Amino acid sequence: MAESRLDDEQREFQAHARGWLAENAPPPPPERMPLTPIEVMTTGQRDYLQDWQHRCYEAGLIGADLPGAYGGGGHQGCQRIANQEMSRAGTPFLINVVGLNMAVPTILEHGTEEQKLRFVPGALSGEEIWCQGFSEPGAGSDMANQQTFAERRGDDWVVNGHKVWTSLGHFASWMILLARTSRDHKYDGITYFLCPIQGHPGVTVRPLIKMTGESGFNEVLFEDVVIPDSLRLDDVGKGWTVAMTTLTYERGAAESAGGGGGESVQPVQQLIELARESYRNGVPAIEDPVTRDHIVERAIVAEGLRQNGRRASVPALTDHPMRIPLQAKVTSSEFMQDNARLGVEIAGARSTLYKLDRNAPNAGHWPLAYMNSYGYTIAAGSNEIQRNILGERVLGLAKSK
Amino acid sequence: MGIAAPPRDFGFGSDEEMLRDLGRKFLDEQLPIEKLRDLIGQDPAAVYERGELPRWDPELWKQMVELGWSGLAVPEAAGGVGFKMAGIAALVEELGRHAVPSPFLSTLNASFALRAVESDAAGATLARIVDGASASLAITGARGSWEPAVCDVTAQAASGEGVVLSGDAHFVQDAFKADLFVTTADAGGALLLCVVPADAEGLTLTQDHIHDLTRDQASLHFDQVQVPAAAIVSRDATPALERAWPALLVATAADLCGTSEWQLQTTVEYARNRIQFDHPLGFFQAVKHPLVNAMIAIDRARSLLYHAACCIDQQSDEALTAARMAKSAASDAGAFISDRSVQLHGGIGFTWECDVHLFFKRSMHNQALYGDATHQRRKLADLLIGPV
Repeated sequence: MAESRLDDEQREFQAHARGWLAENAPPPPPERMPLTPIEVMTTGQRDYLQDWQHRCYEAGLIGADLPGAYGGGGHQGCQRIANQEMSRAGTPFLINVVGLNMAVPTILEHGTEEQKLRFVPGALSGEEIWCQGFSEPGAGSDMANQQTFAERRGDDWVVNGHKVWTSLGHFASWMILLARTSRDHKYDGITYFLCPIQGHPGVTVRPLIKMTGESGFNEVLFEDVVIPDSLRLDDVGKGWTVAMTTLTYERGAAESAGGGGGESVQPVQQLIELARESYRNGVPAIEDPVTRDHIVERAIVAEGLRQNGRRASVPALTDHPMRIPLQAKVTSSEFMQDNARLGVEIAGARSTLYKLDRNAPNAGHWPLAYMNSYGYTIAAGSNEIQRNILGERVLGLAKSK
Repeated sequence: MGIAAPPRDFGFGSDEEMLRDLGRKFLDEQLPIEKLRDLIGQDPAAVYERGELPRWDPELWKQMVELGWSGLAVPEAAGGVGFKMAGIAALVEELGRHAVPSPFLSTLNASFALRAVESDAAGATLARIVDGASASLAITGARGSWEPAVCDVTAQAASGEGVVLSGDAHFVQDAFKADLFVTTADAGGALLLCVVPADAEGLTLTQDHIHDLTRDQASLHFDQVQVPAAAIVSRDATPALERAWPALLVATAADLCGTSEWQLQTTVEYARNRIQFDHPLGFFQAVKHPLVNAMIAIDRARSLLYHAACCIDQQSDEALTAARMAKSAASDAGAFISDRSVQLHGGIGFTWECDVHLFFKRSMHNQALYGDATHQRRKLADLLIGPV
């Protein structure tokens, strides 16, 4: 049985990671930092986060388990440790979230040797930022309804279409792109490409403004964009299958090339601190039994998520191998949302204050975090779609569509 | 803070898996749902009108004892197996999944209290339990207190270091199946823990008429019951009961996880087979999504359950927090899947002939036992946030 006892290599790696993080704390950010990678707005934020990722990469904390040929560390079972140590140290999140969690694992599973050598190192170091081109105005939950079209012309493909909700698109060098290559088949007519974005002729990136008034994601327009066939990932018409690989990683059902950091280490502790300095109808919120009950509910869910991750690695205690992994997207996004919602509630009258207001608690964090949390309950396959997948693939219920 | 990292597998190794799998196989064979229905689900009038005790199968209990289950929670020093809580929790899940009527859980809980004390009386009683004596805790007052160290029985000093018990203990689980009771008594401020045989002179049992058909419950009246010194387990039992409490909560949570999983799978099965509007029920998201939500709640409870069991095995300071979280989450999950299991079965789910009511009632009983979800959270608030 897998115990958390580390082997020599892992123990050495853990000591290295811990030591490096202790000695290389990130400098104070030059401006207010976004909470998540989908909220990176300014070049100042990007530069700071990109620099941090680069330093982590140089220290071997990213791609630890990947082969050296692809810029990895060549270890075994060490990335999980790196992620834990980064979370423990409360470091900034890694900006190249699409590159690390989606592009790299997909390229490693479906790419040619050439593609792996070309793309993996730059994604790990954060030098090349990636974005995702799956969603379209008419293809949200119904993702197979792709209308962006790639037409074969000799050794090239010519792409025309419109992608939306493209986080990090304004900073990205590359996009993992789904495009229709045949109108005769819905699923088998889709092909997966690695598409250059920044400065590439015919590509226009325009910011979309979120309900919070912030930018951070985009729409991307393709007008006769030419990409060589060498940037096609896997076979023509196999894009849907390849996209499923990406989604498995995006939804957190499989371990990625690097992560950790960024997530609030102690979201429940933050809520407790907020309650200590907030009042409900003039009485300290921390003494209000209903508020206390709600905070403890969050603590139970937080511990439950941690222990789910642990139990998922014990086959004897899981009835179905995908039962817990496939829940990760729903449970983690709703955990964030419910925490933020409770923060708004505890902040009480002060929850009305926007971040510009000097009296806003935690610099206006709670209402913004609450509104931004819908990015996570909707993106990567809305939680309604996730519940269909769980009901069908794990419980064996009839397909809803 | 422990120095050794807790085992990633919760300490659930091959021994624990073997026990659980054997238990599942044994109960699948000995108490399939048809047999359970024949045993307890035949005639509603028997229990609910004539007030008869719910039926159970003493033969099955005898076999459980022969399998060594009654010694699982008993330390090796007292002749038991000293099995890990991780394994015991898994076995109790199976008992919940089969809704087994038996004195197993009450005996287990009595063992947890006894093993938290080092005394001759505790050791001797645990040895009797290993040999097949069934036991139950009598530690609850008329107000249905959910925490240890409260009871309505007083102990007065008698000759030869013994005591005389007077008063009442309430909500005693499976009392009519018990050979002996482990009871608390107020001995002038200190809490006394002692063992009283079911046939002790001056002890009378009054049946509680309860909904759950898979157990019995009673109040115990002590009328000048003599307890010799050799039957006194502890004269200051509060710390011991507090030490035992996480295990009681974990055992109850495990039973809840077991019934919940049965309710989930049975309702899923129905939603796969029952056709309405030309589709199986599960095609409709109003049916599918609540079942997924129930699964998520059950998985959270199960993960917290094994975490808590592991904390107990590791003697971690976190054991009480983890156990309260497990009991709270398991109670909530149990309440939710109970609700949906009846509703999603539709008209048939509301009838006596549909088995879901057997599990609904066992779950409802366990949700309230030793503190419901809200009570656990209230105690957790004091642990995690600090008292008001």
